[in-house]
Amino acid sequence: MTSIDDFEQPRSDPEEDLHEPIDLEPPAVPQSAAPALDRKSVKAEQRRELMRSPSFLIGMFIVILWLLCSLIPDVIARYPELDPVRVDGTVIARQSPSADAWFGTDGTGRDVYSRVVYGADNVLINAPAAAFLAVALGAILGLIMGYYRGWVDEILSRVIEAVLSLPVILLAIMVLVVFGASRIAIILTIAGLFTPVVTRTVRAAVQTEAQLDYVAAAKLRGESGPFIMLREILPNITNVLVVEFTVRVGYAIFTVATLAFLGLGADDVTVADWGTDISQTYGLIVSGQWWPSIFPALAIALLVIGVNLIADSLDKVYKG
Amino acid sequence: MARFIARRLLLAVVTLLLILFIVFALTRVFPSDPAKQLAGPFASEERVAALEENLGLDDPLITQFGRLLWGAVTFNFGESFSQPGVQVLDLIRPALWNSAKLVALALVLTLPISILGGIWAAYKRDTAIDRSIVSFGLASASIPDFVSGVFLQFLIGVQLGWLPSISNPPADAGFFTEIRYILLPALAILFVYFGYIARITRAGAITAFDSDYTRTAFMKGLSVPEVIRRHVMKNALQPTVAVTGTQMGYMFGGLVGLELVFNYPGLGRLIFQAATAPDFPLLQAGVVSVAIIFMLATLSADLIIAWMNPRARLS
Repeated sequence: MTSIDDFEQPRSDPEEDLHEPIDLEPPAVPQSAAPALDRKSVKAEQRRELMRSPSFLIGMFIVILWLLCSLIPDVIARYPELDPVRVDGTVIARQSPSADAWFGTDGTGRDVYSRVVYGADNVLINAPAAAFLAVALGAILGLIMGYYRGWVDEILSRVIEAVLSLPVILLAIMVLVVFGASRIAIILTIAGLFTPVVTRTVRAAVQTEAQLDYVAAAKLRGESGPFIMLREILPNITNVLVVEFTVRVGYAIFTVATLAFLGLGADDVTVADWGTDISQTYGLIVSGQWWPSIFPALAIALLVIGVNLIADSLDKVYKG
Repeated sequence: MARFIARRLLLAVVTLLLILFIVFALTRVFPSDPAKQLAGPFASEERVAALEENLGLDDPLITQFGRLLWGAVTFNFGESFSQPGVQVLDLIRPALWNSAKLVALALVLTLPISILGGIWAAYKRDTAIDRSIVSFGLASASIPDFVSGVFLQFLIGVQLGWLPSISNPPADAGFFTEIRYILLPALAILFVYFGYIARITRAGAITAFDSDYTRTAFMKGLSVPEVIRRHVMKNALQPTVAVTGTQMGYMFGGLVGLELVFNYPGLGRLIFQAATAPDFPLLQAGVVSVAIIFMLATLSADLIIAWMNPRARLS
């Protein structure tokens, strides 16, 4: 009789289990001879790569187009923002797209094309401003939480989790109903609601950095906490912040447009704004009048696509 | 496993408490005076005061917060402000059910298509197919839901006339008729989430395709569908499950614009109306419902992941 134990293989030598890779062809050039890449040349290489990336170029083209619309709308638009289009002295309202009004006219005869051009600046101011504030605040909080840890980190993490569990748009609605939909209120609200998610990203990046040797070395040199955070860690997470900013701009456009569509976009609804204009005309799509809402909708879609193409190509280049 | 669930539940309760506090703080700083608004512009001081007492608005804040907590525990939020005499729960229930139907249909469409798209992109990595799936997903995911909704309503609902462009099925509608009516908003949700879920799945699938066990499976002669089904899926789908869980709160409460476009009486639209009314009990109940849905969805996602991956159970 043989027991199962008899079949057990003798344990091999632990040394053998390590499977040390055998280097059959050692590199001809010793590693140390490789050119040390300094930060400048890495940056230059990244810029070159961006300029070769089609998605970055297309994204930039789209965003610059809209930037021009917001900077020199009077040159690009064909009619004033608020006045109706007149042909031979009579107002043409509810006109489908034609030579007189490329994108048609709305219920009061305003040129939809010109409204789309004038509508660019609202989104192009609010969204980047909110994203910038959110990234700045999130960077400060993330640095502190990721570097010091401890009970402050623990409590703030819980708060962040609570805020992130509710849809941003619901919280934004509640805040803006309280404080009114002024430009400042919109920017601050979106910035405040985006800060938790930025903080979480930055915190994770800071935690990874804080375990590296250069931070330990700075601590041994006796540097202060703020110095290590701002002069040692911050320069190493700028890529994270840049990508986070572009991604947040995309989501901020999403949020700004949605809020405007819900009537929380501006104090004055006659001022051209893509979301506001859609909210006033989308009910007409069913009856066949599609142009006053579809063109601003296309404008929103095009801008977010542009911003996201930029964000994505930056992310790719930085992660290499 | 029991400890894992207990810990998760405890954290969920803490988060829920914080949410209740945020909601309470926001609803109590509303500048408008709901009692005055409900009583009408010409009501006497006494009438407003009586209403205030009736609604419990003159109680100390701590009492009011206690009442909200008790309401959240018993899920009884009292009467609506904007529709006196109607229990808040009777307004929430149908909206929740409507949202659930829309979300269910959206998930049935979104999950298989996005998962297949993500795995296909990972399998054909760095080819034109991969790039077009990723780019299309990126573009569609960043467009606001109400914008996609407007496009679909215009193209499919009005121009082609294939589907109803307003989601108001008749009261006696059967199962399939009802699906027809909510298919357009569900397609808009597919549009928003395809890119997101496909990208997450693609990343997970790439890791799985690169792993040794997948290479072994290919080398022992399994066919591609077999390898994907038996080895790639289970490992690639863990991030997908997690992400789907975290998006449930948004699907139930965040699609305000989309529900407005299709005039669909879902939870998001109800909360929006409650916020603008303002109707505190309804608003609080709505937001708490969304938070609870989020908790349950993320908890289920964690449990599914623990079931898929034994290692997750131990940590």
